[in-house]
Amino acid sequence: MAINATLSQFSDYAFATAIAIYVFAFVLYLADVAFNRQRARARERELVPAGAGEERGGTELPASGIVDSTADVDVPEPKGADRPLSARFGRMGVALTVLGLLVQAASIVLRGLAVERWPLGNMYEYIAFITAVGIGAFLVLAKRFPIHRIGAWVLLPVIVLMWLGATVLYANAAPVMPALQSYWLVIHVTIISASTGLLLVPGVASLMYLLRSINENNPRKLARFVQRLPAKDALDRVAYRTTIFAFPLYTVGVICGAIWAERAWGSFWSWDPKETVALVAWVVYAIYLHARSTAGWRGNPAAAINSIGFVVTVFNLFFINLVTTGMHSYAGVS
Amino acid sequence: MTTDTVSETGSPQRNRRPNRVLSFLRNTWRGLTSMRTALILLFLLALATMPGALLPQHSLNESKTQTYISEHGWWGRLLDATGFLNVYSSVWFAAIYLLLMISLVGCLLPRSVEHARQLRDKPVLVPRNFNRLPHKASATVTVSPEEVVASARPLLRGWRIAERSEDGGVRTISAEKGFLREVGNLMFHFALLGLIVSVALGSMFSYKGQVAVIADGSQFCNSGPLAYDAFTPGPRVDGTNLAPFCVKVNDFTARYLANRQPTQYESNVEYQSGKDLRTGQWRPYHLEVNDPLRVAGDRVYLLDHGYAPTVTVTYPNGEKRTQTQVFRPTEVSTYFSEGAVKFTETPGITDPVEQRKKQLAVTGLFAPTAAMQGKLLAGSTNPELRDPVFAADVYQGDLGVDSGKGQSIYEIDHQMIAQNRLHRVDRVNLKPGQQTKLGDGTTVRFDGVKKFASLEIAHDPTQVWVLVFAIALLLGLFGSLVIKRRRVWLRAKPTADGSTLITVGALARTDQAGYGEEFTKLSRALLTATRGKDD
Ligand code: HEM
Repeated sequence: MAINATLSQFSDYAFATAIAIYVFAFVLYLADVAFNRQRARARERELVPAGAGEERGGTELPASGIVDSTADVDVPEPKGADRPLSARFGRMGVALTVLGLLVQAASIVLRGLAVERWPLGNMYEYIAFITAVGIGAFLVLAKRFPIHRIGAWVLLPVIVLMWLGATVLYANAAPVMPALQSYWLVIHVTIISASTGLLLVPGVASLMYLLRSINENNPRKLARFVQRLPAKDALDRVAYRTTIFAFPLYTVGVICGAIWAERAWGSFWSWDPKETVALVAWVVYAIYLHARSTAGWRGNPAAAINSIGFVVTVFNLFFINLVTTGMHSYAGVS
Repeated sequence: MTTDTVSETGSPQRNRRPNRVLSFLRNTWRGLTSMRTALILLFLLALATMPGALLPQHSLNESKTQTYISEHGWWGRLLDATGFLNVYSSVWFAAIYLLLMISLVGCLLPRSVEHARQLRDKPVLVPRNFNRLPHKASATVTVSPEEVVASARPLLRGWRIAERSEDGGVRTISAEKGFLREVGNLMFHFALLGLIVSVALGSMFSYKGQVAVIADGSQFCNSGPLAYDAFTPGPRVDGTNLAPFCVKVNDFTARYLANRQPTQYESNVEYQSGKDLRTGQWRPYHLEVNDPLRVAGDRVYLLDHGYAPTVTVTYPNGEKRTQTQVFRPTEVSTYFSEGAVKFTETPGITDPVEQRKKQLAVTGLFAPTAAMQGKLLAGSTNPELRDPVFAADVYQGDLGVDSGKGQSIYEIDHQMIAQNRLHRVDRVNLKPGQQTKLGDGTTVRFDGVKKFASLEIAHDPTQVWVLVFAIALLLGLFGSLVIKRRRVWLRAKPTADGSTLITVGALARTDQAGYGEEFTKLSRALLTATRGKDD
């Protein structure tokens, strides 16, 4: 089980590069927002409904329920030279995000090759994977839903997490201790961190939803900030659609964790702090799904619950590993 | 039940004498089983679970919990008294999940009945007017309504459909799909219920214990709590009926990296259970971390390991006694360990009083790879046996083992020293094979060390059920989140000029998101299928 130091070094370089690229992308997304006024004028010239020309192009059918209130926010970008400066910044931001993700993925693969095991054995690697999945989910969702303007707010936590990963939580490339050598580790940790990464996007979308609501109640509050956010409807749908995808995945992850615990620790559930908070997060997302189908709980309460779920998840990721000592001994910080 | 349409599941109101108690009960029941209550209870559950992760818990780490209580004075005692340091067995935690379970049952039963009824009913009538539907489309074709219906039928394969006729030669189709969503949802919630019940039952009847077995062919037999070093039974286990089996530990191997991080523990064991116990048959098993031995309904885990020094005492009369004793690692990365080898019976002395003056204990620290500071053993630099040293203190006198008070196997009773009944007679660093001679002519020889394997034995009769319910829960969840409950209606109406006007409308019963695309495809197919024919 030799560690390939060269590969591990390259992996670290790629990780740092990815952070730098994300920072650039973040600045570009902000520029998109800052050059807003210019774009508002451009918008008046273009009034094409959302998504036109693609799916329903050329059909004789009357527009059905697909065209919804998102149309007023997602004005397609004007082409070529007409494209205002801010829109170009936005597109560059997306392109850079894609590039950053590719570099980050390379970093993860190199790490795995360097240690000759699945690269999810400590907090640093865990964060690398979660943030990559979060960014990937955002990019995929931004193609289907008009939400690319929350890019900055998806990137911000990602950059902070990655920075923490590269500094405070960094762990040298190494094999893992005996309890962690199991294919169930691969399954459990991969699924849990993938779903955690996915839940990043609904978390951010729900927070933005709440900010929009604050602004609606009092138009003077957060006016400049909120102006460029996607419509509440789109934010809500992205949050819901992603959560109903990530929630069962998260459930699978927890169950696999229990199966692994039964093999490794002697008991499928031991109320170890990490497990406990994972259960709390699971219950919070169950509350979200209930709230989403209960009259009077849709909208703001549901968005607030989803945000809480996100906070609990991040709390679980950090606080529990760093502060308490449970059996989840992969913190990798000493 | 989804509460937007406040559906009254109770029986129709009869004009009875108003009974306050009954109506109070009924209202309580309704309140308890409403979605709002479920939401609040779930919130409370999430909230109540949290302290268990943030505060030390008796069930997880007793010594840490005690330290916490003593460090926090009245606050610590208050938390302890109110169950915050034992959350998952506290009254309030139980109250929350019991209420939640009642609410769940109260919610599920009427919903199951309702759903079973809906399954038998025909799809609902086509609405008069499609204007209010979120999805709709129409087209005019030249074929007759009958032909429209006939060509629509194959397109709706897999839907539950009902064809009806209306006045004026109008033909309609009502189609419904996605009943499995509700089935999935019910399955999810029932499985959740089953899971909680199995976990609760399991915790009553389970037990768990640890034992250190020296890896030289020594045996452990699951005969009763006394066979263990530590034994934690569930409330319904009295220790008399443990699953009978024996394990023999033949060897133990640990592998390390250069930085002393362990990479692999493994042990060759043999076991017997059932009729093997009578016939004396042993079966081999290669025990590893992450790969427990499953025997007689129990599981045997390899948790950790350690060192057990062997000491031989040669008494002045020439008789010898040899003993190997498990030492407790005090430093997990280097296996610097401590312990005590006790010789309570001195050969050749029969008088109990004299016996008690001549008992012997060899206590001290053991380092698998010694780090010396001058003549002092300062620690261990490696977990592997490279330069083993036993820094031994030899005590002679009354060990106090028959005082009736239980004694740790790793320590001697320091009160005996304080009471001047036990004396240190030697302090010496011994390498394997070295010995020391005491004043009375007794020699104490450090023969060497053996390894021991720490095993954990666990028994949980319901864990298979927990897994079964967990899988059912997952399947139900997938069903309820993936499947969409939706209805499609088609009306084919003859017009004055001899052609037929087809209108298609649809409604997704649950979340609308994403239904538009499916409807677009389906309605296009429905509207063009008939047109294709007459071209
Ligand atoms: C023990 C705690 C409970 C948990 C963890 C839980 C979890 C869930 C989850 C994850 C869903 C999402 C599935 C879906 O959207 O179809 C759901 C849906 C649902 N639950 Fe629960 N549930 C619990 C208790 C209850 C109770 C007590 C009720 C009744 C009052 C209830 C009624 C419902 C209903 C009606 C839905 C369907 C919502 C929809 O159509 O989207 N649940 N539940």
